[in-house]
Amino acid sequence: MKLSLFRLSYWNRRGSSFRSSASLDPSFDGGFVGKSSPSSIFWLVIHGLCCLISLILGYRFSHLVLFFLFSTSVTNLYTTPFLSAGTGGVSRLLRLKPLETTNSTVRSSRVVVGRHGIRIRPWPHPNPIEVMRAHQLLGRVQKEQKSLYGVRSPKTVIAVTPTYVRTFQALHLTGVMHSLMLVPYDLVWIVVEAGGTTNETASFIAKSGLKTIHIGFDQKMPNTWEDRHKLETKMRLHALRIVRDKKLDGIVVFADDSNMHSMELFDEIQAVKWFGAVSIGILAHSGNADELSSVLMNQGKKKGKPSMPIQGPSCDSKEKLVGWHVFDTQPYAEKTVAFIDDKANLMPSKMEWSGFVLNSRLLWKELVDDKPTWVKDVNLLDDNGEVDSPLSLVKDTSMVEPLGSCGRHVLLWWLRVEARADSKFPPGWIINSPLEITVPSKRTPWPNSSSELPVVIKEAKRRSGKSRGSKSMSSKGKQQTSTESF
Amino acid sequence: MIGLSSSELGGSAGDVLDDDPVGRLKVFVYELPSKYNKKILQKDPRCLTHMFAAEIYMQRFLLSSPVRTLNPEEADWFYVPVYTTCDLTPNGLPLPFKSPRMMRSAIQLIASNWPYWNRTEGADHFFVVPHDFGACFHYQEEKAIGRGILPLLQRATLVQTFGQRNHVCLKEGSITVPPYAPPQKMQSHLIPEKTPRSIFVYFRGLFYDVGNDPEGGYYARGARAAVWENFKDNPLFDISTEHPTTYYEDMQRAIFCLCPLGWAPWSPRLVEAVIFGCIPVIIADDIVLPFADAIPWEDIGVFVDEKDVPYLDTILTSIPPEVILRKQRLLANPSMKQAMLFPQPAQPGDAFHQVLNGLARKLPHERSVFLRPGEKLLNWTAGPVADLKPW
Repeated sequence: MKLSLFRLSYWNRRGSSFRSSASLDPSFDGGFVGKSSPSSIFWLVIHGLCCLISLILGYRFSHLVLFFLFSTSVTNLYTTPFLSAGTGGVSRLLRLKPLETTNSTVRSSRVVVGRHGIRIRPWPHPNPIEVMRAHQLLGRVQKEQKSLYGVRSPKTVIAVTPTYVRTFQALHLTGVMHSLMLVPYDLVWIVVEAGGTTNETASFIAKSGLKTIHIGFDQKMPNTWEDRHKLETKMRLHALRIVRDKKLDGIVVFADDSNMHSMELFDEIQAVKWFGAVSIGILAHSGNADELSSVLMNQGKKKGKPSMPIQGPSCDSKEKLVGWHVFDTQPYAEKTVAFIDDKANLMPSKMEWSGFVLNSRLLWKELVDDKPTWVKDVNLLDDNGEVDSPLSLVKDTSMVEPLGSCGRHVLLWWLRVEARADSKFPPGWIINSPLEITVPSKRTPWPNSSSELPVVIKEAKRRSGKSRGSKSMSSKGKQQTSTESF
Repeated sequence: MIGLSSSELGGSAGDVLDDDPVGRLKVFVYELPSKYNKKILQKDPRCLTHMFAAEIYMQRFLLSSPVRTLNPEEADWFYVPVYTTCDLTPNGLPLPFKSPRMMRSAIQLIASNWPYWNRTEGADHFFVVPHDFGACFHYQEEKAIGRGILPLLQRATLVQTFGQRNHVCLKEGSITVPPYAPPQKMQSHLIPEKTPRSIFVYFRGLFYDVGNDPEGGYYARGARAAVWENFKDNPLFDISTEHPTTYYEDMQRAIFCLCPLGWAPWSPRLVEAVIFGCIPVIIADDIVLPFADAIPWEDIGVFVDEKDVPYLDTILTSIPPEVILRKQRLLANPSMKQAMLFPQPAQPGDAFHQVLNGLARKLPHERSVFLRPGEKLLNWTAGPVADLKPW
């Protein structure tokens, strides 16, 4: 039987192990068959009987119980471990009797030496209520940690985002919105929209549940990247004026809607005193993937290791700011793009605004205590393109504080992806009106369906049926439908 | 909460742990021939880094400490530096077979060369015996119980890592110390304290000792196996037998660290848990923890009976959050962490000083310690015959 074989193998192994408990009597568990004396035959019979009983009952019925009943002397007893997997029953346990110790003056301990059963409860799996409670405990402990070791008095985060209505606005704004919703500090979101405020943007940012200030800017977004950068700069300065007028108190972050932010960024900027700089990772984008990879490969051959270009502060060994890492546009010079979404590389400007954070008190009109003198007044800045980089806000660039362990941590990433300027998209990304033209698919799950246009009443049903069918459509058919409907 | 000083955080723990033993006692260190200590260490320098290294560092500390006196007449305590736990197998585990004879030979030496042993028959002497079951000198519990404490050490004070109530190998008046854990190694693995603790229960180690106890049920009295069988698929329990390189860092990211018994009830996990701020969950019935008279273990750790192991998840999740936060605050007390370590060179409040504090608390000696001339209490021929052979 399987059980007896198992016991036999254990007996053999026990004899050969280093720390074997040789002092204990070999139990009858071992398949030890001695000489054919009447007692051993008797025990063999009992053994067989107990095996039969175990088969019937479904768990291991130890014949030691019988031995215990019949024997009068106190000897060492064993319990065999009941593993639920092996026996399939409820785990049981037989307590071991304590060894007879020679030293009788020692009080008998509650804890006994020897083999114990392995206790397994009937359903050894996690209880969902307890898991929930454990997660609540974890949350509480982490909250305590944050209050003890994190930022002492967190300041409000003021996020400035220039945006405008376009195809990819929903894509970009969703990313920024979700990042800002996760920020554990108080947040004010200033959204400056080119071309005036629109309901589209307003309804979108209302979904966030954050405190938002939605301002319109009376110029439409131009089509060339250069003009766009200039307009965005003006929009940001406009937002800074709003901060000054409303006397918002906190830390201003330029959260461009096409960037990707990490949560550590918002923790790190709490440490800024007046004007700080963080490192941005530049994910230079090319519509043509092959070209970009070839450029990167050339770069890699020179340096030996492909790396992501970083724009940010650079320090010397004493952790003092000495200069700036700027994106090297040389390798991409011929291929830079001028118009939105030409199929070529789109480069970041020399100094991206999103890499800088400032204390909003810098912008206030009144003389705040110890407001540094090396900052220009926002009011006095001309809108005529004098401000080409955030550093022109300060007179003394050496006073900029590098953040993220002196720029070694990359806290956000820059990537500009836009659709063609003339691309259209459904307003609010909701398909409300019925599709105007329907084209039958090549393969449909309803082989007898006709290609006539349905009656208006059944339109809704048909529409859902069509969209289901379109999944199995060939790709050509799908493209046809999509371009026609818009 | 933020501005509390360490004494407020520590509560009662801070007071006794910060006692300074200098000036409260005097220790005389016997000059034994180097075959009892230095030569053994030279043969196997691994003794300096394993968990029984306390005996070696204790001697080094005492030799240069201000409590040491060169005049035995004014000494309150006498220390016998003999390294009984330094005979290692190739794997690094100490073999205790020669230890009784070594100890006996050392005692015979000091009894014949100095009068102080016979004056009290060892009652004002202390020995460091950091092995599994202390002065019973065996790694296997039944054999250790069978041998009992070495008869010659019946009256001496023993400084040992083993502690279990109502056990033959724990003498009345022994001082329990933590096992040695390398302080620099642990310091070098510290991570910033604001790293959020995201593991609920953490444990790395064996559940079944397949080499010595294949069927299970012997090792750890079946408690470790019960932990595995009940919680191996529970996402809250990060338990496995792996040896990760980030072991120390992981402990700092966990709320609870399991400290179950193994072949002996004590383990270095307790020290590691205290150093890294992880609440120790002690699963060992009747265990006596280090410096139990100075450290309020009930307030710091969670004690779970071996019979309650299958319900460990219920027990741990039903602890109220205030209790957990309080335990973490007590663990953050630097004097607590310092008391668990054996740093070189010694620092105030560390384990060496706690041992001396414990010895100082036993002073002054009772009158019965000093024997009348001719009175003999020890039986020099007791014990197994093999122990009587000279070393």
